[in-house]
Amino acid sequence: MVEFFTTTGLGITLLTVGQILLLVVPLLVALAFLMYADRKIWAAVQMRRGPNIVGAFGLLQSFADFLKYILKEVVFPAGADRAVFLLAPMVSLVMALIAWAVIPFDDGWVLADLNVAVLYVMAISSLEVYGVIMGGWASNSKYPFLGSLRSAAQMISYEVSLGLIVIGIVISTGSLNFGAIVAAQDGNLGLLNWYWLPHFPMLILFFISALAETNRPPFDLPEAESELVAGYQVEYSSTPFLLFMIGELVAVVLMCALVALLFFGGWLSPIPGLPDGIWWMSIKILLVFFVFSMVKAITPRYRYDQLMRIGWKVFLPLSLGWVVLVSFAAKFELFGGAYARWMVGG
Amino acid sequence: MGVVDFTFYLFSLTTVLAGLFVVVARNPVHSVLWLILAFLSTAGLFVLIGAEFVAMLLIIVYVGAVAVLFLFVVMMLDVDFAELKAEMAKYVPLAGLIGVVILIQLSMAFGSWQFSEGFDGRLGNPTPALSEMHNTEALGAILYDRYFLLFQLAGLILLVAMIGAIVLTLRHRTDIKRQNVLAQMYRDPAKAMELKDVKPGQGL
Repeated sequence: MVEFFTTTGLGITLLTVGQILLLVVPLLVALAFLMYADRKIWAAVQMRRGPNIVGAFGLLQSFADFLKYILKEVVFPAGADRAVFLLAPMVSLVMALIAWAVIPFDDGWVLADLNVAVLYVMAISSLEVYGVIMGGWASNSKYPFLGSLRSAAQMISYEVSLGLIVIGIVISTGSLNFGAIVAAQDGNLGLLNWYWLPHFPMLILFFISALAETNRPPFDLPEAESELVAGYQVEYSSTPFLLFMIGELVAVVLMCALVALLFFGGWLSPIPGLPDGIWWMSIKILLVFFVFSMVKAITPRYRYDQLMRIGWKVFLPLSLGWVVLVSFAAKFELFGGAYARWMVGG
Repeated sequence: MGVVDFTFYLFSLTTVLAGLFVVVARNPVHSVLWLILAFLSTAGLFVLIGAEFVAMLLIIVYVGAVAVLFLFVVMMLDVDFAELKAEMAKYVPLAGLIGVVILIQLSMAFGSWQFSEGFDGRLGNPTPALSEMHNTEALGAILYDRYFLLFQLAGLILLVAMIGAIVLTLRHRTDIKRQNVLAQMYRDPAKAMELKDVKPGQGL
């Protein structure tokens, strides 16, 4: 039986499909409750109740929304490019989901243990922009088109600084593999061994860039409702709109997982002596997501030229300078080798 | 047919078909989208021969940056592509000639070309075998250790080209209103705002 799954072509295919389902189904179910948590936190900050009707404490609200979305009619705008119009939300969701293939949840718990996992995530997140551009163009309308142009420019700009920030971590680790990055943060000091301490300025920059990259407030300019109605999503309804929404949220949770892996030691336990495991990874993702929600609730929206300005004129030089600093610190093993972890841990 | 063979044929068939559709698609935006598909399946082919670093770079650079620029230009420029296509028909004989020449060269290279004895020994192996070193490390060692100077010079040339392009296109327009970010940031709320105590029914 085991041989069937490890040697024959059909067996390997079935095994892979099984593993993918094992990852995607819990992820999507968790997403329903994360959506609910997001709205509850937002409501609590604004002293509202938030969703509280469907199910106990409104826990089933996301499922009610889901049903509502898929039962509505799909409206095509006149003159829309139908194929591209439907392709855009699918690209958006699929690109957000396939990036999870290289995210490890525990030591060895990863779908594809690539040597170039960090590059893979960067490549996939650079593809996410296509869902937005295609959606805005195919709608054949001015607001979506303007919104998609904005959004594309924003996502491309912040990808640059995200990539440079990750390079600092990669230099410290000496590997592009997430398992190696987490292993390099292991040590007998618990949470003081993690990268957030030596790379603290980059943690802040990474978090803000992640907000901009995923179009979350205060950088939700693509869907600035006061000027562009809802940006590239204006003409979307029903299931295609749902796919856009899920894709966006999956990308947000992916960014939370990246913050947890790159800066907070992934599945490592913060206190020396406690066992490492998947629960630490989950707790860290949830904590970062909580901060994401709080930022959404408490910050006003940025102006577009300010957004581009801090992306190109502030974040890019800062992260580039940090790469140079980290290279020196790693090469000459300054600060007790804090930046040269391939010597110590990994 | 194993999984690897199947994926190889899948990716190569997709690459060829996507390339064909790039040329024949009526809508230029569709052409760019097919081009992206061609890039992606080429990246898949790179992964199959074990060059995953090159595959990821292909996606990041070509799909993530170059194709986005293509898409922007094609979507925003108001080019009459029907006219352009008609113009193109004049050059079909020339294009056919070039295609035939390349085809003959390729068939010569793969059909009748013969290597002399012990050619691989003289060729030298630029990188160690895949079993000894990941290709990311091998590429890094070549670019940053062995050919460090050439690599940096290539980067310098690109930098000069970039500065040249910026200098050529930069013009400071005085007839538009600009945002002075520093002035906005150092604005003092005490000076910018004045609080008035408005009495009911009287106005200011």
